[in-house]
Amino acid sequence: MLEFDDIQHILLTRTPAITGRYEFLSFDTPAGGRSWLTELLDKVQSATDAQATMDDSDRWVTLAFTWNGLRALGVPEESLATFPGEFREGMAARADILGDTGSCAPEHWVGGLAGDDVHAIAILFSRTDEQCKRSIEEHDKLLARTDGVRSVSYLDLNASPPFNYAHDHFGFRDRLSQPVMKGSGEEPTPGSGAALEPGEFILGYPDEDGPVANLPEPEVLSRNGSYMAYRRLEEHVGAFRDHLRENSDSPEGQELLAAKFMGRWRSGAPLVLAPDKDDPELGADPMRNNDYNYKEMDPFGYACPLGSHARRLNPRDTAHNMNRRRMIRRGATYGPALPEDAPDDGVERGIAAFIICANLIRQFEFAQNVWINDKAFHELGNEHDPICGTQDGMLDFTVPKRPIRKVHKGIPAFTTLKGGAYFFLPGISALRYLASLDS
Amino acid sequence: MTDQDWTKPAAKAIPKEGYFELERGRYGPIFPRTPACYGFSIIAKVKPGREDAVREHGKTIEAAIADSPEFLAPLRLHYLRWLLFDIGDGLTFQYQGIFDTDFDKYTEDAVQLFGQSGLNTVFTNLEGFPEDWKENPDAFVKFVREHHYPSFLEYGEYPYATADEIKKALRLKAAFSTMLDQMQ
Repeated sequence: MLEFDDIQHILLTRTPAITGRYEFLSFDTPAGGRSWLTELLDKVQSATDAQATMDDSDRWVTLAFTWNGLRALGVPEESLATFPGEFREGMAARADILGDTGSCAPEHWVGGLAGDDVHAIAILFSRTDEQCKRSIEEHDKLLARTDGVRSVSYLDLNASPPFNYAHDHFGFRDRLSQPVMKGSGEEPTPGSGAALEPGEFILGYPDEDGPVANLPEPEVLSRNGSYMAYRRLEEHVGAFRDHLRENSDSPEGQELLAAKFMGRWRSGAPLVLAPDKDDPELGADPMRNNDYNYKEMDPFGYACPLGSHARRLNPRDTAHNMNRRRMIRRGATYGPALPEDAPDDGVERGIAAFIICANLIRQFEFAQNVWINDKAFHELGNEHDPICGTQDGMLDFTVPKRPIRKVHKGIPAFTTLKGGAYFFLPGISALRYLASLDS
Repeated sequence: MTDQDWTKPAAKAIPKEGYFELERGRYGPIFPRTPACYGFSIIAKVKPGREDAVREHGKTIEAAIADSPEFLAPLRLHYLRWLLFDIGDGLTFQYQGIFDTDFDKYTEDAVQLFGQSGLNTVFTNLEGFPEDWKENPDAFVKFVREHHYPSFLEYGEYPYATADEIKKALRLKAAFSTMLDQMQ
């Protein structure tokens, strides 16, 4: 039975926020960190709370901590040692494992995210710009009156028009393929696979393999918690559009090439179900837009290339043990939309997302290492994920086609990682436990 | 990709550590792909009195594959060779596998496969193998890494070709034969 009232809402609910801010914080003293946390405790909604007040709420708060942050709050060493090694090391220290090299390496990250002094994140999501402004003001006041806690950096978020569905700056519909947990009250949409054991995403519950050993201690700290891999991914919209124009001879050709990279049309319609032209009605229909497989419906990738983004991140029936590799994605876009036909303006825009899972090595790092940045994925030989893989201009992208495939050479980087971190997302009781730690 | 030309037999001498340059993988140093693909050689002492159980496990795997030929497919193997030997200091088991996924993924997939299938792993007969391997896959990974003896030479007559590529080539040959038959 899921303890909805003890689980931070971000794990189980999607809020109708269209704006917000991520605040990255540092605790100079344990007491400062705990005062900050104490004041925010009643602002953090559990899943129960968020669901009950969804229509009336204008803002939603989520708090999470790095391993250095837990230490800075005064978590005892013997407890800190029970957290898994990858979380203790942090994302920046594992950049080589993740494939975050070249222009994506931590030395190029912004917002101080590669530093050891990033201790916590406050995710402040809002329904309106007015509310967002109020939340930021309130949080600024909290920082001003609390000694021993300071802002390292922040990132302002905003959805870009049209607002009636979630999409990234390239224009691709998002939130199409999310796993569902048993006991969450949600039903998986057709094609999304059966609901999974909660322990795949939340600590303290059995996972797909049964009971889980070696959780962080004490139990009050780990129960109903989870891990979040934060990724701030700049999207080079101008470069993406230029590449499509230079490599297609018609607007239809550009749309098709964009879809080949992604595995779906911008509308969300999957190439497997709509191989030749977009079908926006299909893209917008959750009962149909995820209802397909690869092994029987597109084994050679004639519709959806073997190395496309969607196929790498969810190979469905063409990979083994998929239920052990699923992740929850949350997040938002940032930066202004680049108008159609406008040249690149040099302004940073992109996606700032959280990948939430119970085991960073087995889920998030596996996806980075074996799916996104593995040249040999599906025997391709010289490719990374064309959308979010690390690209140095030397790699290919193969589009299977009868009678003979088309290999696009020298794929440029359409995105660049600008920062990241591993956070622990405590349950509500664990937040209280952290706030009451005595230094 | 010139060093991965399957037409040119290749040999590679490997340093003592098992890798040329330290590159970190998810669970530890990455053991590189060689002309003989990825692989491992696990060598460990057999618990006293377990020889029959280990040999019996050979039959269990034989039956599992006969019953379900795709059973080991997730491991993307070329070959498995299991040996028992005693050179004077007790019975020792050697598990040599040649495969196309990386070392860590192989181990993860193996834990999953044997845990789920209800087939116990042959490793439970080995000294030092974690009793709680099903609940504690990290301990399984650690055991494998601690008992892996990297090769110091590997050779491939058709280097770097994956099992999938070989099967594709054989399927192509079969398809051509069928085509030629149809044209008689």
